[in-house]
Amino acid sequence: MKPESRAFKTSATQALTNEPLRKALGGIKHGFVANRAKARANLPEFEQLRDEAKAVKDHTLAHLDLYLEEFEAKVSQAGGHVHWAPNAEDARTVIEKICREANAKTVTKGKTMIGEEIAINEHLASAGITPVETDLGEYLIQIRNEPPSHIIAPAIHLTKAQVEADFRRIHKDLPKDRVLEEPGQLVAEARQVLRDRFLSADVGITGANLLIAETGTSVIVTNEGNGDLTQCLPRIHIVIASIEKTVPTLEDANTILRVLARSATGQEFSTYTTYSTGPKRAGDPDGPEEYHVVLLDNGRTEMLGSEFHDMLRCIRCGACMNHCPVYGAVGGHAYGWVYPGPMGAVLAPSLIGIDEAGHLPNASTFCGRCEAVCPMRIPLPKMMRHWREREYEKGNTPPRYKLGLKLWAFVAKRPRLYQALTGLAMPLLARLGKRSGRFRTLPLAAGWTHHRDLPAPQGKTFQQLWREREARP
Amino acid sequence: MSGPRARQSILDAVRGALNVKGDDTARKHTVQKRLKSPRANLVPERAKATGNARLKLFTEMLEGQSARVSRAKSVGDIPEIVTAYLRENNLPAELRTGSDELLGHIPWDKAPTLTRHFGRGQGGDAVTMSRARAAAAETGTLFLTSGEENPTTLNFLPDTHIAVIRAKDILGSYEDAWNALRKIYGARTLPRTVNLVSGPSRTADIEQIIIMGAHGPRRLHVIIVG
Repeated sequence: MKPESRAFKTSATQALTNEPLRKALGGIKHGFVANRAKARANLPEFEQLRDEAKAVKDHTLAHLDLYLEEFEAKVSQAGGHVHWAPNAEDARTVIEKICREANAKTVTKGKTMIGEEIAINEHLASAGITPVETDLGEYLIQIRNEPPSHIIAPAIHLTKAQVEADFRRIHKDLPKDRVLEEPGQLVAEARQVLRDRFLSADVGITGANLLIAETGTSVIVTNEGNGDLTQCLPRIHIVIASIEKTVPTLEDANTILRVLARSATGQEFSTYTTYSTGPKRAGDPDGPEEYHVVLLDNGRTEMLGSEFHDMLRCIRCGACMNHCPVYGAVGGHAYGWVYPGPMGAVLAPSLIGIDEAGHLPNASTFCGRCEAVCPMRIPLPKMMRHWREREYEKGNTPPRYKLGLKLWAFVAKRPRLYQALTGLAMPLLARLGKRSGRFRTLPLAAGWTHHRDLPAPQGKTFQQLWREREARP
Repeated sequence: MSGPRARQSILDAVRGALNVKGDDTARKHTVQKRLKSPRANLVPERAKATGNARLKLFTEMLEGQSARVSRAKSVGDIPEIVTAYLRENNLPAELRTGSDELLGHIPWDKAPTLTRHFGRGQGGDAVTMSRARAAAAETGTLFLTSGEENPTTLNFLPDTHIAVIRAKDILGSYEDAWNALRKIYGARTLPRTVNLVSGPSRTADIEQIIIMGAHGPRRLHVIIVG
């Protein structure tokens, strides 16, 4: 998709008054967040496993060139093909070529964020090849022509009433009087409709949660089994994965998988974890005849060794967005591109540029919950700060902000002045807000008071209260 | 860019960013050592359970994921367990099954009303049976391998999937299970696919409500033999 991150402020404002979205996002706290907490409590070693998972990726990134070469050699040995794609266009070209050589008419797809990143669906469609998303969430957004709003739950912004309306609009061959009220009925209908698409597809495209150098294996993790039907039924299986998905061994994959599902959905383990190594072997009754892996760089090597290096540890679990107050308020679409939430605020500027995505690192309260829950211990707030600095250095900051920052810096660097000014302001605000204890509107603070009241100060500054406390015997 | 040029440009970019050379023997040695003698990282305590405690953990984990678990003293008990299960769930007395050496020993003549089919799974299969080569009790996870007598499609296409595993193949951790497969397939070698299955198919993509049977099996019945 074409990035629309420049419109973050407008999109976020609209999102705040979008009722179905508010209802849909409200479920995250009792779903993902509560389930993660439970899974963490069920595994005493969870915190240690986070350290080990981080160490696995740190080691891999430091030897990435060698592990990529090993991975390639093992894939070739198993009869598969590795294609190297420096950027998104290179990846699209090679995928189209494989599909054309196979005379492919339809392509089923397992859920892949890299597929979204390189906009493969639009590309295939323009080449006359029909892409069919098979993950239920991805299918829902495909028929609505929308981007995903969450990296593991792409349709989290939708309510079941919206899904029902879409199914009635798209599945025209089915009886009009059918009952579609419960999620179970909707899921059954999607299963029925997509079953034939699975069986008739010429090519299956999946992403990869991990690439294992030891054996030349790509790994996908799903709960629906759609990724598995996508890769075991068609004649050709194409894996698209970015280079940092590599890990050395099966043991290293175990460590990452132990923190992945627990951090993502809060499951002990996902229902299906599928390891694929090359095409079908002599005598195999099923499986693809061709197995291709497209290794995508698209900005990763620029992050390597930079202040955004740690972001390459990300395993796309979505815990950061599930716990983010900003994401929870505005949802994923406001971020305007493929990756939302805190991980998106760091990754998107790296991949599409700070000019396009400059608002995203600012969409943070710096509460630090994202870093606290990240299974790979990625210092997300720190990296958002790096982007803010870069944005400031590039001169992208609007003049009003700059003036505000300068004023604040001027005062903050002069403690006496700061204390004098706040010492005057606090009693004044306290008197003004005395009657109701809160402000419904306040000059220069509309951004806050438009959506909630500002509590009135009690009359003294923090430092005054501190001194009084210290002076007490 | 594509082909060898694309490959070289990515590898050069990686080496440039890391400030390293591709022929550095110390780095190569580190990588080869890790690949040739894979070392386990931290394994959770719970995965170290043995004997009955391990079987109990395996069963509880699977049941927690809405799978059914039964115990057969020997393969001789399987026909009765299967027919009872099919009857109980109102399923047709029809089954498509893999044909590896364990499944091949099931005395199906004990279930004369049951029709059996073989070969790869079909879109309309109601019930299938396949064999798991190993399992990890730590999360109730089956390891199913592809091969001539184990069509992968049997694991994903049916409405109801019955998986058979020998009690002695149920191990503690994922590490144990991979080591068992390394013994069968050799070092640094895997069959085309290994499917780790921990329950029936599900989705929570509509309002985060869990619904069973998204695209894969709606029901999973695991039969432990021995």
